Amino acid sequence: MSVFQSLIKKEILHLMRDFRTVTVVLVIPVVLLLLFGFAISTGVNNVRVVAVVEQHTDETKQIIERFRTNSYFTFVGVVTRNDMETLLRKGRVDAAVTFRTEKGKLKHQIIVDASNTNMAQTATAYLESVISSGNSIPVVINTLYNPQLRSAYNFVPGIMGMIFIIICAMMTSVSIVSEKESGTMNLLLVSPVRPYIIILGKLVPYFMLSCIILTLMLMLSYTVLGIPFSFSVINVIWVTILYVILALALGLLISTIASTQVSALLVSGVMFMIPVVLLSGMIFPVENMPLVLQWFTCIIPARWYISAMRILMIQQLPVGYVLTEVSVLSGMTLVVLILAIKKFNAKK
Amino acid sequence: MDKEIVISVKDLTKKFGNFIAVDHITIQVSRGEIFGFLGANGAGKTTAMRILCGLSFPTSGTGTVAGYDIIRQAEEIKRHIGYMSQKFSLYEELTVWENLNLFATIYGMSAKDIKKKAGAVFEALGMENMRNVLVKEIPLGWKQKLAFTVATLHSPDIVFLDEPTGGVDPFTRRKFWEMIYRASSEGMTVFVTTHYLDEAEYCNRVSIMVDGHIKALDSPTGLKQRYHAETMDEVFRIVARGAKRWD
Amino acid sequence: MKNAVEIQGLTKLYGKLLALDHVSFSVSEGSLFGLIGPDGAGKTTLYQILTTLLNPDDGTATVAGLDVVKDYRKLRTEIGYMPEKFSLYPDLTVDENLHFFASLFGVDVKENFDLIAPIFGQLNKFPNRRAGALSGGMKQKLALSCALIHRPKVLLLDEPTTGVDAVSRSEFWDMLAALKANGITILVSTSYMDEAERCERIALINRGRILDVNSPGILIAGMDKNLYNATAKDMYPLLETLRTFPDVKDCYTFGATLHVVTNDGFNSDDAIGRLRHEGLADARIWPAKGTIEDLFIKLADKDG
Repeated sequence: MSVFQSLIKKEILHLMRDFRTVTVVLVIPVVLLLLFGFAISTGVNNVRVVAVVEQHTDETKQIIERFRTNSYFTFVGVVTRNDMETLLRKGRVDAAVTFRTEKGKLKHQIIVDASNTNMAQTATAYLESVISSGNSIPVVINTLYNPQLRSAYNFVPGIMGMIFIIICAMMTSVSIVSEKESGTMNLLLVSPVRPYIIILGKLVPYFMLSCIILTLMLMLSYTVLGIPFSFSVINVIWVTILYVILALALGLLISTIASTQVSALLVSGVMFMIPVVLLSGMIFPVENMPLVLQWFTCIIPARWYISAMRILMIQQLPVGYVLTEVSVLSGMTLVVLILAIKKFNAKK
Repeated sequence: MDKEIVISVKDLTKKFGNFIAVDHITIQVSRGEIFGFLGANGAGKTTAMRILCGLSFPTSGTGTVAGYDIIRQAEEIKRHIGYMSQKFSLYEELTVWENLNLFATIYGMSAKDIKKKAGAVFEALGMENMRNVLVKEIPLGWKQKLAFTVATLHSPDIVFLDEPTGGVDPFTRRKFWEMIYRASSEGMTVFVTTHYLDEAEYCNRVSIMVDGHIKALDSPTGLKQRYHAETMDEVFRIVARGAKRWD
Repeated sequence: MKNAVEIQGLTKLYGKLLALDHVSFSVSEGSLFGLIGPDGAGKTTLYQILTTLLNPDDGTATVAGLDVVKDYRKLRTEIGYMPEKFSLYPDLTVDENLHFFASLFGVDVKENFDLIAPIFGQLNKFPNRRAGALSGGMKQKLALSCALIHRPKVLLLDEPTTGVDAVSRSEFWDMLAALKANGITILVSTSYMDEAERCERIALINRGRILDVNSPGILIAGMDKNLYNATAKDMYPLLETLRTFPDVKDCYTFGATLHVVTNDGFNSDDAIGRLRHEGLADARIWPAKGTIEDLFIKLADKDG
């Protein structure tokens, strides 16, 4: 067995012996994807609606029929005004529509439970459009790339941007620093093994782990989350691999700065995790941030990666559209890698 | 000995599942005595010491430490003893004075008492000019002196020292034993574990623990005579020979 | 005889702190050499330079005839290094650790097993135990085996016996003697002065400076002169009183007794008389045998 192979084998043994961490690392992406994909949703689904009808006409019947068939609504039924109030108060329905005919014209009133303002607004808009679509000229809103406005599409790139930083930067730096702490790193350096082999021996196992996780996440995205599959997946994969290499290089750089596992964890956590979540556009759109913060986001790798993923994975546009993102990521990788290797090799 | 007994335990036993860490040990230590508690790594020293300090309960056996029952009055015991170990002694990121103040407060000394005592302590240690220096910046020898001072600031009846001189050079160790002699001559009982067998010679009496039992207990001179040995090192090797567990 | 380690004027600065101050000594091939000194004396820094982990600021050093700066690549194959803490992978088993370190040097465990067999001995019984679950003594043996598996010419051991009980320590020195018989040069550092006597030659080091280099026997010859033991029931008053005597140069605790360093004109009976006068009725004073520790105290004291 070559030195390189035995370094890899050793690292895999470490990972396997620390079974709990590996399980967590494999389970977290899945849980996050499913959570953001289904449970946590900024869109509005299954709005429970009742109707109060003074006088049934063809028009009201048509409208109620449209409620019944619309997948955004669960039509509970036609009730009396009193029942409606009770149902709303008890939280059994989210919205109610009352119809009455005045001078031959149908008038309606929408009553919404606004304890969740976000939902209330969206539901009102939906209700309005469903009610009015019959007799007036409908406004045609055509949402491209994400016709159902599904939030999962928005979150998948964000979660990928976060997960790979955690696995690559955090785990790599902690594992290198723990060897510094225990003194085994000195033994490796004192052996005839070239430093770059030692570095590769540390990075390759985490690269492999990232690939497994990438496969897992893509499979989930294209099946369970229903992101449309196309050949752009090839582009998604190689851009992600570029990002993983960048994250590994960051991990290596952190390990040369940090002297204890705790500080490695803190540095990777504070410097990378938090900005990734807050500033990468994963939750708050970069365009809405103050200008200074917008500039600041430029140095956050995840921002570029997430933006590239949105274009490649959701819009499914060709590579030509992510040239800026890819070149920024490549440039960052090169700089960080050179810095990290220089620092790693430096003798005091 | 007609002196007052401050530690008295009988048939102290501690089991962890099937493993008997401490197996029926019986010890009596009198006031002002320097008692060496020796044993190989894993012989059960630490477990026994934890019971004596009121940090752990025995599975069976009885005893008193500083006049308090080790089972019913563990909290009282903690108030009347001092404890110092090599591993945990002081907060590196605090200054000398902050450490002293912190531990004195933990042991319930009033701010006035601390101020009064601290002045005398710093003078005795020759550390007046080090009051406001971070502990991590002072030499190891000073740290140990300070740790001992901190452990004895509240004038406990007994001070437990868990390998207090590990990794320290002979020069510093000597100074440290001087402090122990002084404490003992002032009537404090010193209960000490150590790896350095030459240090066992400093003690009035020494016990050697093997596989959870106390296999020998006497003065260093007595032990050397009994085992026809020249040094405590030899005594230890004869006694510990055949030990089954080392960790 | 050739020198396995040759150190000339080695100097290393950490900021303003002088960790090594023109250190020079040599270790002849196939010998067991001890580096004796307290914590912070510069022992570990010296080891890091000899193992090519650090570059010196000044001076030169060769190990197995190879320069630590210029020939560091080749040098690394010739040395076995055991750092201060037993650096093993606690989550790997005994066997996995050994095979891993063997593969770093591109050697097969079987090839060199004869060399470590006497050390490995008991470890053979549990090849699948995790290194983290071993006792201090066992860890020490495994670490030594790992440092030896590529059959180095020079073995560099940095405080290998710290934190290990007396029996394991003594066994460890027996193993070193056996390795020396195999022709391996050993440079071992320790802060246990009693271990100095098991080395052929020793260097005393304090505050980055070498105080003296010689065989332990020669170094302590003549130390007995003007050195006395003193005891009494109350040791602390005895110590304090002796220190006030004008003909006592130094007095320090030394196990069961105090060691008293005196002027030429010191008379023990006269001193006992003076102690009795001070109320120490049971005081005894008699000549003492000098040790490396006494020498160290004397030299370190002079050094400041």
